[in-house]
Amino acid sequence: MTDRRNSFLRRFLRHKAAVAGVLLLLVIVTMAASASIFYPQGPWKLAGRPLLWPVENPKFPLGTDVLGRDLLAALLYGAQVSLFIGLAATLVATVLGTFVGATAGYFGGAVDRIMMGFTEVFQTVPPFVLAVVVVAAFGPTLGTIVIAISLVSWPPLARLVRAQFLQLMPREFVQAATLMGMSDLRIILTQLLPNAMTPIVVSGSLMIASAILLEAGLSFLGLGDPNAMSWGYVIASGREVLRTDWYITALPGFAVLAAVLAINLVGEGLNDALNPRSRNR
Amino acid sequence: MLMMSIARFALRRLIQAIPILIGVVAMNFVVANLAPGDMADVLAGEAGGASPEFLAEVRAKYGLDQPLILRFGLYMWNMFQLDLGYSFRYGVPVTELLLTHLWPTLLLMLTSILMAFGSGVVLGVLASRMVNRWPDYLISITSLIAYATPVFWLGLMMVVLFSVKLGWLPSSGMETISAGYTGLRRAVDILLHMIMPATILGLYLTAFYVRLMRASMLEVSGQDFVTTARSKGLSESAIAYRHVLRNAILPMVTMLGLQIGAMLGGAVLVETVFAWPGLGRLAYTAVFQRDLNLLLGLLFICAIMVIVINIMTEIAYRLIDPRIPMK
Repeated sequence: MTDRRNSFLRRFLRHKAAVAGVLLLLVIVTMAASASIFYPQGPWKLAGRPLLWPVENPKFPLGTDVLGRDLLAALLYGAQVSLFIGLAATLVATVLGTFVGATAGYFGGAVDRIMMGFTEVFQTVPPFVLAVVVVAAFGPTLGTIVIAISLVSWPPLARLVRAQFLQLMPREFVQAATLMGMSDLRIILTQLLPNAMTPIVVSGSLMIASAILLEAGLSFLGLGDPNAMSWGYVIASGREVLRTDWYITALPGFAVLAAVLAINLVGEGLNDALNPRSRNR
Repeated sequence: MLMMSIARFALRRLIQAIPILIGVVAMNFVVANLAPGDMADVLAGEAGGASPEFLAEVRAKYGLDQPLILRFGLYMWNMFQLDLGYSFRYGVPVTELLLTHLWPTLLLMLTSILMAFGSGVVLGVLASRMVNRWPDYLISITSLIAYATPVFWLGLMMVVLFSVKLGWLPSSGMETISAGYTGLRRAVDILLHMIMPATILGLYLTAFYVRLMRASMLEVSGQDFVTTARSKGLSESAIAYRHVLRNAILPMVTMLGLQIGAMLGGAVLVETVFAWPGLGRLAYTAVFQRDLNLLLGLLFICAIMVIVINIMTEIAYRLIDPRIPMK
């Protein structure tokens, strides 16, 4: 076991891009964790003169926004929002996608057709548009945003899990489990799912990145939770002064870019480390 | 003969898509019914409050007091006649609004697809020729970053650079209406307005095409038919465009079909940034004004567009490679 773990780590670390991704991700996590330490009053406080450029006043290293709120505080709290929504939406979408894909793949026949028809409907409507409609219809709160994002993110995962199940079902260990009289649920949970874990983990990690992008887009359109300072909101709030004070829009965009890039790199590194066969691509 | 079989193919695919459309309508119905407040409440809100009798009257008039299953049937019937209801904020039927905003979006999407195809092929060939040298790395890193960039933010940054600082490109709208251009001058004007939004909308597609073209070039470069082509004295670029592109073009078409939904979603953000008068911009105003009816109509029309464009890519697929039958 330790041997296997070591070689996993070695493969992961050999991937320089993945290591860079981990370091970048650590920065984002530190940002999120330190928000309430450095700025216990929260990101909404009117801290100083509005429209201070970065480093103009050492008290506000990244400057202030249109209303005089500290931009560094906004970015730190924004990291919390992005990471929370990314993780929560991915969790819900993974459970949903795994459930649909597993039942479709395991039971086959009519169940499969119904589940896959359901999946196809969700893949036909443009994901972002559906997320916009859901959040607009039910009101922007962290809960509805998480549900909307997971609602549009699960279909590819369902297809993936179904394909894995179809591949594993004819294998001997599954047939042995059936012969032993194991219940369907037990076979799915103890025999099939553990063997389908790798692609679920990899696509789940990449899903966090796309969830962060979706959230940023939603809050840019004014569909963010009004009580949560998110990067997309800051980008949108800087629009009215874009011509003169573009740093307000620029800075949070770099934060989104860094977070998404970091997660993508880590996800690809995971993929290479967990799939030794494809590592020489 | 060919036209006939294409038409028959398209018709068959459209019929196959009907269950999916029913599913989309059902989804819309669920959202419309679960969302707080019905049409009567919206009307009452517009009028600044109303008596319970008036609300009951409105509900009776629009069949809102009928049992759920009857309402669903009525809703489905209306949807399939493209009667998508009424936008109370604009004061016109939703279908009319969608049709007037459809063309700018189609124009923008078509342009961005063509741009993505052109730049993807050129950059991919370039990367494969310079493999493991700095232009190759630069192109790879750029496409990695392109996948991670929020499109709307990139749009705003381009406005800062190209419109505000350099003054090269217009920052919003579809044309300079006040200038009253006609003919060719007008086309150029629209094209200038389109450069930034189309580039950004096609960004993911471009990044994918670059990677694909690079991989295809590297994959076939050692194969016999390429060696033959080389020994015939064909230049490297002739090999790239005549032999390799032919093989790479099928996955490109497939990817286009898969990406069309994401592009429609991207259009909402890009059109919002550039005030492009299309469906995406309409979606933004609908969000702003809480016009749920219009949003649901948009979702429906987007689903139809995805289905139609996918059928078109399937036809293109079969025209490019005649070995795949029109079935």
